[in-house]
Amino acid sequence: MRLEIEKRVDDLPWWAPAALSVGAVVLAFVVGGIIFKLIGGEPIRVFGFFIRNTFGSWPAFSDTLVKATPLIFTGLACTVAFKMKMWNIGAEGQLFMGAWFASFVVLFPLVSPETSRWIVIPLMMIFGMVGGGIYGFIPGWLKARYNVNEIITTLMLNYVAFEWVNYWIFDQWSDAGFQMSPTFAKNAWLPRLTDYARQFRAFSGITLHLGVIIALIAVVIVWWLLSKSQWGFEVKLIGDNPDAARYSGVHIKRNIILVLMVSGALAGLAGMIEVTGVVHRLQQQISPGYGFTGIIVAWLAKLNPVAVILVSILFGALIIASREIQPAGISQMLQGLILFFIISSEVFTRYKVKLVRNSAAVVGAD
Amino acid sequence: MEEKEALAVEMRNITIKFPGVLANDNVNLTLKKGEIHALLGENGAGKSTLMNCLAGINRPNAGEIWVDGQLQSFSSPKDAIKSGIGMVHQHFMLVPTQTVTENILLGLDNVGFFMNMRKYEQEIRELADQYSLHVDPEAYIWQLSVGEQQRVEILKMLYRGANILIMDEPTAVLAPQEIEGLMDTLRAMTERGKSIIFISHKLNEVKSIADRVTVLRKGKLTAEGLPMDDMDRKKLAELMVGRTVLFTVFKEENEPGDVVLDVQGVSALNKRGVPALRELSLQVRAGEILGIAGVSGNGQSELAEVITGLRECTGSITVNGEQMANAHPLKAIERGVAHIPEDRNKVGSSPNLSITENTIIKDYKEDPIGEGWQINFLKAAERASGLKDKYDILAPNVETMARKLSGGNLQKVILAREITTQPKLMIAVQPTRGLDIGAIESIQNLLLEQRKNGTAILLISEELDELVSLSDRLSVIHEGKIMGTIEDVENANIEEIGLMMTGEKVS
Repeated sequence: MRLEIEKRVDDLPWWAPAALSVGAVVLAFVVGGIIFKLIGGEPIRVFGFFIRNTFGSWPAFSDTLVKATPLIFTGLACTVAFKMKMWNIGAEGQLFMGAWFASFVVLFPLVSPETSRWIVIPLMMIFGMVGGGIYGFIPGWLKARYNVNEIITTLMLNYVAFEWVNYWIFDQWSDAGFQMSPTFAKNAWLPRLTDYARQFRAFSGITLHLGVIIALIAVVIVWWLLSKSQWGFEVKLIGDNPDAARYSGVHIKRNIILVLMVSGALAGLAGMIEVTGVVHRLQQQISPGYGFTGIIVAWLAKLNPVAVILVSILFGALIIASREIQPAGISQMLQGLILFFIISSEVFTRYKVKLVRNSAAVVGAD
Repeated sequence: MEEKEALAVEMRNITIKFPGVLANDNVNLTLKKGEIHALLGENGAGKSTLMNCLAGINRPNAGEIWVDGQLQSFSSPKDAIKSGIGMVHQHFMLVPTQTVTENILLGLDNVGFFMNMRKYEQEIRELADQYSLHVDPEAYIWQLSVGEQQRVEILKMLYRGANILIMDEPTAVLAPQEIEGLMDTLRAMTERGKSIIFISHKLNEVKSIADRVTVLRKGKLTAEGLPMDDMDRKKLAELMVGRTVLFTVFKEENEPGDVVLDVQGVSALNKRGVPALRELSLQVRAGEILGIAGVSGNGQSELAEVITGLRECTGSITVNGEQMANAHPLKAIERGVAHIPEDRNKVGSSPNLSITENTIIKDYKEDPIGEGWQINFLKAAERASGLKDKYDILAPNVETMARKLSGGNLQKVILAREITTQPKLMIAVQPTRGLDIGAIESIQNLLLEQRKNGTAILLISEELDELVSLSDRLSVIHEGKIMGTIEDVENANIEEIGLMMTGEKVS
């Protein structure tokens, strides 16, 4: 008896990709648990603690969702770009530019602290999207006009965005010499559940904010764009075969710029949501790498906008875990294992593993 | 046992199952030493599957393989090569940035860490001379033409000591002169005692080169090792297709209408920046097929591309009086120019998109498929199902991805899409290349139907037979210029066309 691997000729059932992803996550936790055990830890207790602190209670789950929200945006940003095989590695920079543009509205200021929240928040959203969009336009235009590799430009522009934000928080908008802007006035805060604790006692201390609703709306819009709209079809066609797209009369250069702008706008929105929903000021620590994690999120979600929600919640939980479980590296190890197993599981989508007896008889097993 | 001595290969009762398909059903094949044995069959008949099994790529579900009188069980191509069996695939497996010698040595066990390149190059040169496989061992693969790359593939197998060569549709990618060269090589190899299995569906070639023939239809044998001398084209075609095949298409008389396509003094560069079209002029009328004959690489692809907006040019190109030169490809589509591109996989279709999606790539914005900013995928699927039935596209359903279709079925998808647009002008480049007889017949008839409907058709092909039987007028292209046009195609002098194809002006 031996194992034999052969190429798949038949299609996988529709549920198989999801099953493989779930299986990979479970396997990652099993292997992670074995490693804990080997180094003398208590995996059951650690995982129990992990679950309690991320999904165990409403406040814990709320914290997880707060971390998942920016990941949904950056995951969507990468999904849109990757669908066209535009490798946008710059969601982090686009997030920072979105945060800066949104902050500009209240710090410049374009509005007074007395302006209605219903004007300030939408204005900041628009600015955040425009900021990220402009930041996507630059690599898009360079790619379309001069065929400059977008991986390099988007990656390098990340650092430009960090330093740009640094300049403003160290100098122009510095709060009494600290490396952060002053706290925004209340009209630039996204409504949180805890704000309504007086009416609903249960909401006390729950930090979940309006951003999560905006994220879900964004998921629906991106899903519609990619799977129903004419533009989404163009994106898919260019991603699969640019020559066929050109032959069909699709404007490729225009779409390269457009797709990176949409991607940038989504990442920019993540930045806006973080400054208005969580920290309420512009500072360096608005992102622990949401833009980069977005790449992994999009990939694990197999570029499916709805799956982005679930993967974002899982990774949001892992971010919380890295805060709650010491050493923090444990959570990173789990992230690494998940990625490892998901990528390995791709083998099963392309190949079939069979058990073969030494005679010619074949025992089929998928 | 004595009889077995003379057999290089004997495949007995081979059965190969794929999920849902019986690819080979109880198939026998015998290959005598020193013979060229043709394996004939339509696309999807199971030829490649059977040969992959002999080359150790697949394993049969049942049956025996005897090589040189010994029962073999191959579990990898390496095992097959050890028994002297080498396969030259239709798609070459070469590293473009390495030299011929390096490619041939690649994967060999007995090559050390330090290589005496001079010695190996000399060996390969000698081997190449023996079989008149002319190729420079020091050249890089990217510098070689397709024909030369094929020679490298053959050398690769010979260098590994193959005595039995499987050639998978070797002529599909070659120009006419290269085919002649290949035939010479094959004869030289059999003279030196090599045995060859020649997979093809081109009857003329098979007839001229093979000693015996085995025919498969839908995975079953319809002829087992019959001598070629008893065969003619018609008989072979019947064995392959299972019905009588007419080799002449029926072309109705048709009075051509107004000029639709008018190309005047067009010049263009090819993708390497070398002039490909030089002051070329031609006209095509409504309801007329203008054939363009020529050896491949004389500007045919570029001609199709400048008309459809895919390539920049100088000069004037009008379609129904409207200037099209250097316009966006979208303009050509909107003005009713259909294009069956030369490369159906890389240009004409998108591999990971479904049949439905491939049928809407040109009109996803138009009513009824386009609705506002959306695409009505329900209507698209309905229309695709209709096309699938009408054009007899063989696929499980319209959600099947394009890359899973055979060449003929993919070409039908493309034709169905292009005809649906009710074009005024159709540019068809090599529409039947690499297809089996059944598919060629139906595609040629579809083109004639378009002609009847008043479409102007520019037919660019390398198959002279096809051009002569379909065209109303026939122009010959050489180095980007029209060398001459034959008005009376039915009584055309083939030799005269041949001369023009090589660049001689004939008055």
